[in-house]
Amino acid sequence: MEEIKNPVMDIIAEANRSATSGIDAKDIKDWITISIMGRAYKVPADLTILAAMEYAGYKFVRGVGCRQGFCGACATVFRKKGEYKLQTGMACGTRAEDGMHLAQIPFTPAEKASYDLTKEPYSASVLIKYYPEVARCVSCNTCTKACPQDLEVMDYVQAALRGDFELLATDSFDCIQCGLCALRCPSEIVQYHVAQLGRRLYGYYGLGVPEHLKKRVEEIEKGRYAKALDTVIAFSNDELRKQYVGRDIEPEQ
Amino acid sequence: MSDAKDFAFTLTGLRIPYFPGCTLKTTAQNFESSAVAAARALGIELVELPRWNCCGTVFSLAADDLIHHVASIRNLIRVQEMNRQGLVDGENRMVTLCSMCYNTMKRANLRVRQNAEDIKKINDLMYREEDYQGNVRVIHFLELLREIGMGKVKRAVKKDLAGLKVAPYYGCMILRPKEASIDDPEAPTVLGEVLRALGTDVVVTPYNKVCCGSYQTVHDKDAVAGLAYDILGHARKSGAEAIATTCPLCAFNLDNRQKEVAEKHPDFEHMPVFYITQLMALAFGVDQGVLRFDQNYVDPVPLLKKHSLLDK
Ligand code: FES
Repeated sequence: MEEIKNPVMDIIAEANRSATSGIDAKDIKDWITISIMGRAYKVPADLTILAAMEYAGYKFVRGVGCRQGFCGACATVFRKKGEYKLQTGMACGTRAEDGMHLAQIPFTPAEKASYDLTKEPYSASVLIKYYPEVARCVSCNTCTKACPQDLEVMDYVQAALRGDFELLATDSFDCIQCGLCALRCPSEIVQYHVAQLGRRLYGYYGLGVPEHLKKRVEEIEKGRYAKALDTVIAFSNDELRKQYVGRDIEPEQ
Repeated sequence: MSDAKDFAFTLTGLRIPYFPGCTLKTTAQNFESSAVAAARALGIELVELPRWNCCGTVFSLAADDLIHHVASIRNLIRVQEMNRQGLVDGENRMVTLCSMCYNTMKRANLRVRQNAEDIKKINDLMYREEDYQGNVRVIHFLELLREIGMGKVKRAVKKDLAGLKVAPYYGCMILRPKEASIDDPEAPTVLGEVLRALGTDVVVTPYNKVCCGSYQTVHDKDAVAGLAYDILGHARKSGAEAIATTCPLCAFNLDNRQKEVAEKHPDFEHMPVFYITQLMALAFGVDQGVLRFDQNYVDPVPLLKKHSLLDK
């Protein structure tokens, strides 16, 4: 087996290196001009907004994460050249275009309620109790237009209002909590927090404990995995790493 | 669906877009379940709008507040789509049960139909939707009953409610303002007509359209309890044993606020508050499971038992 020299942190650092690093500017043929927070920058064409901003010299400590469109950290707003529409997206997955006006939204300020699910009733009133703004929805659908995941955000907010937990949970399932819906909402609803509470209630009360989970918990309690766990705990760091890298994983899709 | 119901349905063939509203899905499920069953007994299929949204709750009176009419108009676009897709009977109308939803959407519709600029602005804002053409009619369930005729309502009765003394209560939302009224705003009769068709003794009181206190109930329970005391007290004095209404907010204020009324007036006698559709379902002899009296605050069961109107 080949020697392991790629611990996780190195892998992340590698992924975070700009697509253009190590390439000389004179070898790049196509350039575009973008405006970042009101200032023009010349950057190579065909970069994502994130990579283009990094090329221009911005360094992101917050406001970036997976670089794969999954984590929701890199919310961005932009206007394309000559267009009146303010658009939104994830900077790591949206292509920078010539003449774009850009700004990053590293975080959406919003209060997150704390609650004990087991002490709440399974009803729309819980959502309205913790997030009363839900009732201010005017059905303008601005949230839906803003969603980079193409979710029917307004529909799930409306489902929340009438206590349709199943629709709320399924329609919001792919939410990455980037916060763009909440930023655009004229009624100041924090859609993604409402949806999270809704999914939790649906999971706890609506779905109940699934059979396979019950079975697995029983197996664990009977000690079926105790021996395997002891073996892993006894591994040295190197052995553990070797096992980890050599494990069976799902093939990339 | 039983064969008998299928048969009734093919006779009239009424498939009408139906807007439930949030309250009928939460605290007034008894209104919806009884109405859907009662309508079916009359050969009317209430077809729920797909992807509907809140009606907007209150009609905004501000001249420049178009955004608060978007919700209503978006629902009317759903009705357009249903008609085009052949999901309903093609009459381009939408029926509501809740009086408040009726009022909000009826007036939003009137406003945009009378104002081409409004409709254009709203359509522009909703650029992801097809344009609203302004042709949908918003009607209340009671108007639909009038349209099919009280004779038909009467013929659907299997067990008439003779002896039950009921006071119709209209509230404001189906009567005011005049242009949104489903009846004579000063001397409405439609609820009484339905109650009469069901066989009840109709008790008319001068308080049948006095405001119930509406949303004041949120921050001034006492004011609303005071109104409820007057409305229910006059009904009682006029000989009524129960109230019938079509508004979930009126129902809440007259029914649930009886708690506060009783605290203030120890001699107060509780009075059941029905949705008119609960009485219809009862008289039409449909499965009594749809009555859902668990959602009524004052339990109507003793009264109905007294009149031998319950199966068990
Ligand atoms: S960095 Fe995670 S979604 Fe863009």
